[in-house]
Amino acid sequence: MELSVNTQAVAYLASAILFIFALKGLTHPASARRGNFYGTIGMVIAVAATLFGHEVQAYGIIIAGVAIGAVIGIILAMRIQMTAMPQLVAALHSFVGMAAVLVAIGTFFITAHLEATMMAELSAGVIIGAITCTGSVIAFGKLQGLLSGAPVKFTGQHLLNALLGIVTIGLGVHFAMTGAGWALALMTLLAFVIGVTLIIPIGGADMPVVISMLNSYSGWAAAATGFTLHNNLLIIVGALVGFSGAILSYIMCKAMNRSIINVVFGGFGSGDETGDPSAGALAASRGVKSSSVDDAVYWMEDANKVIIIPGYGMAVAQAQHSCKELMELLEARGVEVKFAIHPVAGRMPGHMNVLLAEADIPYDRVLEMDEINPEFPGCDVALVVGANDVVNPAAKEDKTSPIYGMPILEAGKARQVFFLKRSMRPGYSGVDNLLFYKENTSLVFGDAKDTIEGMVNALKGSAH
Amino acid sequence: MSESLLAFYVFVLACFIGYYVIWGVTPSLHTPLVALTNAISGIVVVGALLIAGFEQAGTGAKALGFVAVLLASINVFGGFLVTHRMLSMFKKKRR
Repeated sequence: MELSVNTQAVAYLASAILFIFALKGLTHPASARRGNFYGTIGMVIAVAATLFGHEVQAYGIIIAGVAIGAVIGIILAMRIQMTAMPQLVAALHSFVGMAAVLVAIGTFFITAHLEATMMAELSAGVIIGAITCTGSVIAFGKLQGLLSGAPVKFTGQHLLNALLGIVTIGLGVHFAMTGAGWALALMTLLAFVIGVTLIIPIGGADMPVVISMLNSYSGWAAAATGFTLHNNLLIIVGALVGFSGAILSYIMCKAMNRSIINVVFGGFGSGDETGDPSAGALAASRGVKSSSVDDAVYWMEDANKVIIIPGYGMAVAQAQHSCKELMELLEARGVEVKFAIHPVAGRMPGHMNVLLAEADIPYDRVLEMDEINPEFPGCDVALVVGANDVVNPAAKEDKTSPIYGMPILEAGKARQVFFLKRSMRPGYSGVDNLLFYKENTSLVFGDAKDTIEGMVNALKGSAH
Repeated sequence: MSESLLAFYVFVLACFIGYYVIWGVTPSLHTPLVALTNAISGIVVVGALLIAGFEQAGTGAKALGFVAVLLASINVFGGFLVTHRMLSMFKKKRR
């Protein structure tokens, strides 16, 4: 059986429509799984239409490649911990980038006569693909802790990047006009280097933006491949993915009140939450109240409403399951429990929501910043678990603060705030948290998971 | 209209679709969104298949095609499966 070009084009159209429905499905958790199913069917149709088309005649290495890729992909997807999702996503982005580069170079090898426009499109595919690939490898290294999360900065960095960019594009133009293989090779190499130099100055805590940006690049790489191969399906899908990543980057930047330029070139924060050690001494001198687990439990038991604010620290401590237990025990006592999520909490967009979902916390208890902020004034206890900057009132009150203008969760408006902290270190921004010194704030020192387990045990022990 | 210009038409219109569809995605599903877009950007597998399946391709091109098919397949299988795993965890309160 061999599909005609027209039948294949119709199949690709069907596939593109299914991908649009797939993304549309993510409008609501209830329709999301169906969306993922549509996406899967779209992919099956696209691959089948390609395999049965007239271009594909040799199947041996295809079967081998798909089989090995499938096994690796399935193992990765089944075994990955939800806390490690940002790393997995970064790794997968690098594969898309690399595949786009290989497809572009392969096209150069197997096409007898390339027109100038095609070679220009091919260059775009190589450059974007290569930047996506090494950029994602660096992001993976930072997330996995193989590389320091701290921004790597040196003098002349921006000049070097600009120079590399100009030379790479120049090589692309030269390649498009002459078809010289050496220009293609050198351009590919330089684009791989740019991927590294572009991502190393970005701090570990700006990872939600980096992940979104690389997500976007991987889409544009697919679109460029589509232009090279004159394949409309790749162009459509590439545009969808490219825009998805771009919009996410915009949302993340807005949630930090920073421009994308500032994130990419700013090198903000230490990323490792080491911060300034003198903050501890400062804190002590300024009078920070600390509470025991029992004090916090006493408050929460009698509360009408408790709002829990998780941050990256909850992921590090793997405290999401203990949070669920705490929620259930409090609910059994008639306390209303909700979770408040800041858009940039965690290391990728929506990271906290997935961790809470993993712990079996119903999604209707988990609210976004704009929805939950009006509820803080009427709430008895705000429990901050591993978050810091996203609840810092300095963003509203201190015009000189680096985080001034960032929208925050208004935890300080609750009657009582319990702040779970391992130490007095400031958050990734290195900014001291003004919330520590408020009248109604108490710090509970210790590992987030141990502390919450302590609360759970205290609640289990106390009579109804 | 040249083939490249037609392709550009498709691209621009698809960008508009992307813009409107993505703004509708609920923030609580942003991680699954990244994972799903990752899976569907595995669509470069189509380009990889064209190279790996080209009968007259030399050994070098075939090798490139093979690696590209392998990498893109990891994305497709890994991406859809991990998205499915995440989405199955999003539940409403049982009554």
